[in-house]
Amino acid sequence: MRAIVTVIGKDQVGIIAAVCALLSEQNVNVLDISQTVLQDYFTMIMLVDAGESKRPFAELAALLEEEGDRRGLSIRAQREDIFHAMHRI
Amino acid sequence: MINTNEILDTIHMIDQQHLDIRTITMGISLLDCADPDPAAACRKIYDTITRRAEHLVSTGEAIEREFGIPIVNKRISVTPIALVAGASQAPDYVPFAVALDNAARETGVNFIGGFSALVQKGFTAADRKLIASIPEALARTELVCASVNVGSTKAGINMDAVALMGRTVKDCAARTAERGGFGCAKLVVFCNAVEDNPFMAGAFHGVGEGDCVINVGVSGPGVVYHALQSVKGAPFDVVAETVKKTAFRITRMGQLVAQEASRRLGAPFGIVDLSLAPTPAVGDSVARILEEMGLEVCGTHGTTAALALLNDAVKKGGVMASSHVGGLSGAFIPVSEDEGMIAAASSGALCLDKLEAMTCVCSVGLDMIAVPGGTSAETIAAIIADEAAIGMVNAKTTAVRIIPAPDKEVGDTVEFGGLLGSAPVMPVHPFSSAPFVQRGGRIPAPMQSLKN
Repeated sequence: MRAIVTVIGKDQVGIIAAVCALLSEQNVNVLDISQTVLQDYFTMIMLVDAGESKRPFAELAALLEEEGDRRGLSIRAQREDIFHAMHRI
Repeated sequence: MINTNEILDTIHMIDQQHLDIRTITMGISLLDCADPDPAAACRKIYDTITRRAEHLVSTGEAIEREFGIPIVNKRISVTPIALVAGASQAPDYVPFAVALDNAARETGVNFIGGFSALVQKGFTAADRKLIASIPEALARTELVCASVNVGSTKAGINMDAVALMGRTVKDCAARTAERGGFGCAKLVVFCNAVEDNPFMAGAFHGVGEGDCVINVGVSGPGVVYHALQSVKGAPFDVVAETVKKTAFRITRMGQLVAQEASRRLGAPFGIVDLSLAPTPAVGDSVARILEEMGLEVCGTHGTTAALALLNDAVKKGGVMASSHVGGLSGAFIPVSEDEGMIAAASSGALCLDKLEAMTCVCSVGLDMIAVPGGTSAETIAAIIADEAAIGMVNAKTTAVRIIPAPDKEVGDTVEFGGLLGSAPVMPVHPFSSAPFVQRGGRIPAPMQSLKN
């Protein structure tokens, strides 16, 4: 199942490493990454495949959110369907 | 792939513009719960609801987490209880309301609707018992919502029912006086009630529906408001297009959630109700959208036209986004639940007469309006009659949810808390309508052609 992970917050060392480490621990494959820093604000969007993860997706999203809280970032994982529904006919 | 801007757009809508799914409402038929023994009927009602809705709340929460979209309410609507309880010998129907309340608590939903009667043409004995039970039922239960349909375009208006509902509203307020007349916030008087409305307090599961169905109500006044901020000063063609596009996106999300919930719960998908339902939170107001169109305060001249455009554009945008649109679908204007309406009413810019005019062009009616506690039952009945007439003639749903706030006067405010917000007490006309209401009988159904 494909999902979008978004990371938004103040830029700091090791954001990508931390998120990728967490995803790899949970057996989530990263398909695509785009990332920008605008006025110290870090925005990363990842397309991931969580189909092979043992963890239910809701728990995975909660884990990422907790990691974000620890680092003062907003990290969310949402199923890709919601974006397709909203922006594609 | 979806691009970055689109993803951030969606996230901003959820984070900063209060985009949410307002409710997943499971409609449950209780027709097979009728029983001559009232205790047995209540038991069947409780069992049916708790069985069908066992996973409703947990499923809603799971969808919420996976899609990252808030689903504010999980609710249940049931067959109008007058139809179910009529088979029993029960002298009053309060125990049925208690059974609904218990089932709602057990399943974890935050409201259950359907303590209802449909009396647009006449009363059965069961309808009379149900209406007589409403004040006690709403005072004794927390989660039960009641509604009564007193008119329709096909049947006309049952003025005996209108008079009775005026007295019932007063009685509800008196029985919940210590809470500002809170009981009235759970009672809706309809004309042309719809069978698949997912929104409270007027939801019930119509007799034309199946055993169990999932209806979803979407919201998002904040998103529309935000979208209109980017077209300041543009002509109305642009305004309408902007609202349509926004409504389309919001509704697509509702459709996705509805289908997902329906699949997981094993219940057919009914409809998406594409309503702009405000909350008391700042930035989630329908009134502020109207003001963004260029009105100094909601309620001033031009408000009705602005609302007409908004209501229509929401429907046009939403209709294509969903396979089945239903319910009330449009813009809601509940005074106490809308931060901008509260401000407009408190400043005196928004009066009852203007609200009545607004209900001619929006989805429902006079909603969550507090009036002085001393307002007579006949005046309330006359307000209901006016609103029902608008619905009857225009072949649309109208409703009245009015709170004659005990011991309050114009200028006071009644606090209900939560989504129900706070209502400034609004003035009513001081002149009597009593002889009009006391006539009783029926107002005949209107012409459906020669419409001018």
